[in-house]
Amino acid sequence: MPDLLSVKNLKIEATSYPPGEPPKTVTLVENVSFDVQKGKVLGLIGESGAGKSTIGLSALAYGRGGAAITGGQVLLNGKDILTLGRDGVRTIRGCKVCYVAQSAAAAFNPAHKLGDQVIEAALRHKIMSRPEAEKRALYLFKVLGLPNPETFGDRYPHQVSGGQLQRAMTAMALCPNPELIVFDEPTTALDVTTQIDVLAAIKHAIEETHTAALYITHDLAVVAQISDDIMVLRHGKTVEYGTTKQIIEAPNQDYTRALVSVRQTKREEARDQSNTLLNIEHVSAGYANGFKVLHDVSMHLPKGQTLAIVGESGSGKSTLARVITGLLPPQEGKITFDGKELPRALSGRTKDELRRVQMIYQMADTAMNPRQTVRDIIGRPISFYYGLHGAKKTERVRQLLDQIEMGDRFLDRYPAELSGGQKQRVAIARALAAKPELILCDEPTSALDPLVAEGILNLLMKLQEETAVSYVFITHDIAIVRAIADSVAVMHRGKLVRFGPKSKVLSPPFDDYTDLLLKSVPEMELGWLEKVLTTRRMESAGN
Amino acid sequence: MRLSSIPFSAWVGIAGITLALFCALFAPWIAPYGERDVVGDIWLPMGGDFLLGTDNLGRDLLSRLIFGARTTIFVALAATVISFSLGMLLSFTAAVTGGFVDQLFSRFNDLMMAIPTLIFALVVLAVLPQQLWILILVMAVLDSTRVFRIGRAVALDVAVMEFVEAARLRGEGTSWIIFREILPNTLSPLLAEFGLRFAFSILFLSTLSFLGLGIQPPAADWGGMVKDNKDGIIFGISAALVPGGAIAGLAICVNLVVDWLMKRTSSLKGGRGDA
Repeated sequence: MPDLLSVKNLKIEATSYPPGEPPKTVTLVENVSFDVQKGKVLGLIGESGAGKSTIGLSALAYGRGGAAITGGQVLLNGKDILTLGRDGVRTIRGCKVCYVAQSAAAAFNPAHKLGDQVIEAALRHKIMSRPEAEKRALYLFKVLGLPNPETFGDRYPHQVSGGQLQRAMTAMALCPNPELIVFDEPTTALDVTTQIDVLAAIKHAIEETHTAALYITHDLAVVAQISDDIMVLRHGKTVEYGTTKQIIEAPNQDYTRALVSVRQTKREEARDQSNTLLNIEHVSAGYANGFKVLHDVSMHLPKGQTLAIVGESGSGKSTLARVITGLLPPQEGKITFDGKELPRALSGRTKDELRRVQMIYQMADTAMNPRQTVRDIIGRPISFYYGLHGAKKTERVRQLLDQIEMGDRFLDRYPAELSGGQKQRVAIARALAAKPELILCDEPTSALDPLVAEGILNLLMKLQEETAVSYVFITHDIAIVRAIADSVAVMHRGKLVRFGPKSKVLSPPFDDYTDLLLKSVPEMELGWLEKVLTTRRMESAGN
Repeated sequence: MRLSSIPFSAWVGIAGITLALFCALFAPWIAPYGERDVVGDIWLPMGGDFLLGTDNLGRDLLSRLIFGARTTIFVALAATVISFSLGMLLSFTAAVTGGFVDQLFSRFNDLMMAIPTLIFALVVLAVLPQQLWILILVMAVLDSTRVFRIGRAVALDVAVMEFVEAARLRGEGTSWIIFREILPNTLSPLLAEFGLRFAFSILFLSTLSFLGLGIQPPAADWGGMVKDNKDGIIFGISAALVPGGAIAGLAICVNLVVDWLMKRTSSLKGGRGDA
């Protein structure tokens, strides 16, 4: 069978213009070759900066943001699309090759109806007449399992959920009957429970329409469910390329093995859970417009241990953290910290009460002032809470940098000069600088690549052993919960569904929601998707 | 910072500003004639004893230009600096505090902006005694309403960032949040605005002088000189264009320097990346 898409020795370069320096040319992708046959799916996997999106876009002969394809060939049906020129490429994009972006919410035009946007490419390329295109759109809506397919096209993007929007985007890509679709992390921004439905819909649609696909993701477990072949990328180079079965079950390279075995760390839960540090009793909270987010939530956390709060977006888990910090005073209920009731609002708390509870954010980029150096960022809590200055302060900053496994040389760097993982480490050091008893971690690893995230989790565990600090760890990732938690609280739509020691919460019998949540976590196993869809008891809410 | 990293355009700006400041500081020593001395015929052409010619009363244009730099730069700079200090302090306080304070400041600002600036200035200056510091203050207060608008907009953007929330959780006071967390992140747009406002200040001062409420004759200022010599244009005499050119030149120089500063403050190292 001839190859539909054949990429040979692809080289992609970008030129950057640092202020005050001569322009630099950076090689993003080097010597990458792969083939995709009709109706097959190739998974491209790698961490951020691996060049996977850049490679995916090369199938459309497109270089994003100054990146230019400088070498190699991209053969579509045996014809090199890189030599087609601007008009030639136009006959391919949105016609023979289509693209599904990561954030469907940002990719749809909010001013037009979904139906019109879905069929636009097919009409523009004069592939179909309007009634034909509408018929095909309806068919695709049905295949993708969208609710009320007859009227779905009449809605505007803001009227449907994120998971539906992502499926609408898939319909848009499938509508002109393309030969190849490039999926760029289509489920990354979705909740696990929604991700599984979208994944199943995409898989079904690909099989139904016999379209080939490039599936780009950083989650090996996801790609294992959908692709026939997998290519592992790192720093713009191929690490390993083989069938899905071989990559998952018998990886050849160390890096692939690390990806496959990531998050194998498991922690025994603490036996004694009696010495309570934080006690949340019957807390209800909401925003000023009268919308209630939390309903009668109670949980507690022993000293020196970790409480994981899991739930999908909108479950109120981040709101609970805001209530604990005092940013959002609760309407009912009380929060006791170390035997004493905490004042409800931030302004009522003493400096010492503030010091004892620190916070780590999801996005380290926005959680640190970009105009302050690492020295200032970590040093401020030291001088603010402990009044240390000059050499003593620097000494303590060095000590903290040591603790987070970063060296002196980072002292005078700005956050923009750090990698994602390093930023999160500095944010941890800032929290530690106050010598707190409780650190609230709001999804601190969900924006990071899996291997980097694992490093951060190990660091947090090490720090807990050293300083006996307690964590409230907010996450949507059950794998993390398994790895680090002592007790677990499952939240759903502002209510506490399940709370207790990890061993009890994560073992049967389950309530329906916990069952769904646990089963939705992709596993590194072939055929997992089909198995879950037949055994789960509850449809996910956000589909 | 290395001197070699300053781009050519910024050097041009720095040179222009330095020249203007030098003239302002050492006016009595470098001006060939006195500020108020009638030294020749009216509207003499350039060249000869008078490098730039003479004005409508026969005073040396170059000397008046040099003396005029004093008042023009001093008044415009003072007014702009005061208006920025005032506008930024109030707007940042409004953005950080929010709620009632924000409403109070913002609505009062709207009220001030609803009155046409020039008419407001005319009324106030006509009532108050004609002194230089009153002129500067009136210009500053009127200009600060514009600064308040942009200051509040950019500060609101930064005030919702998580690092500001982190500072609040730490228990930091409002002044720390304003000066240490927000101010450094809003410098770029505010610097750009500063360059623009400074040029506007010079023009506004000129307008006021033109209407007789700014710098009082016979003291020289560039705007006033344009007014004095404007009738000459009809007769093909270029005397009015010289101070006009000086105003334009200074405004451009200030903006060249500001452009460079803006690039520096928004650069990746210590910048907000995309700023």
